[in-house]
Amino acid sequence: MKHVYGWLLLTPAAILLVGFTHYPAAATLWDSLFSTGTVVRPSRFVAFENYAALADDPIFWQVLGNNLWFALGTIPTSMAIAMLMAIWVNDRLPARALARMAYFTPTVLPMIAVANLWLFFYTPQIGLLDQVGAALFGARSHNWLGDPDTVLACTMVMVVWKEAGFFMIFYLAALQSLAPELEEAAKMEGASRWYFFRRVTFPLLMPTTLFVLVNATINSFKLVDHLFILTKGGPDNASSLLLYYIYQVAFSFFDTAYASTLTVILLLLLAGLALVQFQLVEKRVHYR
Amino acid sequence: MRSIVAMLLAGLLAAAVPARADTELTFYYPIAVGGPLTKVIDGLARDFEKEHPGIKVNPIYAGNYDDARIKALAALKAGQPAQISVLYSIDLYELIEQDVIVPWDDVATSAEDKAWLKAFYPALMANGIYKGKVYGIPFQRSTIVLYWNKDAFKEAGLNPDEPPANWKEMAGMAAKLVKKDASGNVQRWGVMVPSTGYPYWMFQAFSRQNGMDLMNKEGNRTHFAHPDVIAALQYWRDLGAKHKVMPEGTIEWGTLRQQFTEGKTAMMWHTTGNLTAVKNSAKFAFGVAMLPTSKQRGSPTGGGNFYMFKKTTPEERKAALAFVKWMTTPERTADWSIATGYVGTRADAYEAGKLKEYAAEFPQAVVARDQLKFATAELATFQTGRVRKLLDDAIQAALTGQKTPPAALKAAQSEADRLLKPYR
Repeated sequence: MKHVYGWLLLTPAAILLVGFTHYPAAATLWDSLFSTGTVVRPSRFVAFENYAALADDPIFWQVLGNNLWFALGTIPTSMAIAMLMAIWVNDRLPARALARMAYFTPTVLPMIAVANLWLFFYTPQIGLLDQVGAALFGARSHNWLGDPDTVLACTMVMVVWKEAGFFMIFYLAALQSLAPELEEAAKMEGASRWYFFRRVTFPLLMPTTLFVLVNATINSFKLVDHLFILTKGGPDNASSLLLYYIYQVAFSFFDTAYASTLTVILLLLLAGLALVQFQLVEKRVHYR
Repeated sequence: MRSIVAMLLAGLLAAAVPARADTELTFYYPIAVGGPLTKVIDGLARDFEKEHPGIKVNPIYAGNYDDARIKALAALKAGQPAQISVLYSIDLYELIEQDVIVPWDDVATSAEDKAWLKAFYPALMANGIYKGKVYGIPFQRSTIVLYWNKDAFKEAGLNPDEPPANWKEMAGMAAKLVKKDASGNVQRWGVMVPSTGYPYWMFQAFSRQNGMDLMNKEGNRTHFAHPDVIAALQYWRDLGAKHKVMPEGTIEWGTLRQQFTEGKTAMMWHTTGNLTAVKNSAKFAFGVAMLPTSKQRGSPTGGGNFYMFKKTTPEERKAALAFVKWMTTPERTADWSIATGYVGTRADAYEAGKLKEYAAEFPQAVVARDQLKFATAELATFQTGRVRKLLDDAIQAALTGQKTPPAALKAAQSEADRLLKPYR
């Protein structure tokens, strides 16, 4: 009887999970083994042909590379900034609520709105960046989003700006749950602020760091909204990311089979990363 | 008790089946320019219903062109089809390949109907005809025009009423229009042509002007590697790299209008759909002209057409014909053109009434129409999404200096050949 009760409690969540997560994942894997059907040429089983095409697709390798740089560029920076901001606004300072709010605001804005704002920051000549650069340093106007060498970095800066405030909230919550006695004890022992941070605060924040790291990693593969507004992946795919490419293949090229193949790769990548993170970092995490 | 239930059931059934068999038309439509256009469309649908009792019209706003296509096709697959839709004019081959549309000639059989099919500008029909049959009725359509800042022309010692007539003049005038500050920073560029979002569309104008279209009528062959096409891309690249009258790298479609109205470029190529917005925000006198020539004039058309879907009953097709004919009468065409900035789709719309008056007080509004004579179909082929992206990437690679124009276009052509071979 107890079993039945337990299963009943699990059912609603299980139905949603299977229906909207597990079944689509399995269906995607299945679809990736077929060709895309049209009226003229119906879909047929092609085994791993789509995966062979993927290995030969230079754009796939380019967007994958872009995505790795994007992850490398955004994750550590936004986490470090988040931790700094949290420690800063955790202190007693005037207008603390206001400071916290200010850091959190970018998170509240929808990505599409943020991208529209930054589009004008980056616009050559009339944009904020060029105006400030010219006024302060006499810098020359630069075509930030039109230059393949700078475009990806520009999107990274924007994403860090948007994400850091969100991660700050988690660090702030964690900091406030730390016992104040620890700091008092450290002070009595004459520990410096830096020593206290390195040996006490930072290790105690590890569970939060793991949580934020997993989230940041997922986000770096999941966040592509800005590309629709800022660059559409250009110039010449220089700022395109894996998920945006999947969107193009599925809804602009109507190649559902190839889109499924790309999705399988993305899923494997994320699953692999999550596994590694849990395995490696958990060893260094201090749960209470 | 039982009788009450029975009565309730009967009532429910009666409510579910309408008293008179109305023909219902559902149609999806996209909006790609500014303004409260959903209201305009809803109002048009209500007016139509008043004049045609027995036909009900449900217009459904479906986002941008890509969204509208996705939603209409999804509705078809889900068995809740729309009968007609306004979709991208260049979706034609995709819709034919999916076997979801039927030609208007099938229902437009009377002499009057046939005259109606011939009433539109031929340039606007080019994207709607496949194997001699009309699949797309032009509705919201645009072309590219040249906007120039007359004050900047005066300042540079040029005649403010004379825009460049050809490529050589454009490069020459642009060189005079470039303004630099003491330390050599460019304050104002000579000309800008947007190269994000729809680079292929702008490039079609260059290559048409240089005497070559980018694809054939059957949509199964492209001419990206033709010498005239390569020369066209070389000219575009040279504006930035050699003549130094345009910023190097790509130029953002979305912010170009502001750069022009802020006086940061003296000329720009842009869609006529921006005309009203430029008119409202420019603080200087500006002119609108046809694009310059190389060997000939040229601009692609763009925008949305009415399509009729295959899954329709004969009554629905008749109602659809009545509705689309009503939407494209000269009067409605004039209203729509003034509200949006889109080109009036037929000559008689300009000959009388509101549009004639509007053109008299704001002559910039008819440039796009006059250019239609020289217009060409927008790039559409089988596998159109992929082929378009090949070209977009090639153009951007050339403009950012990562590849030379011949190398970029030859690679795109060989890839396009591979994609299109099965359709020949």
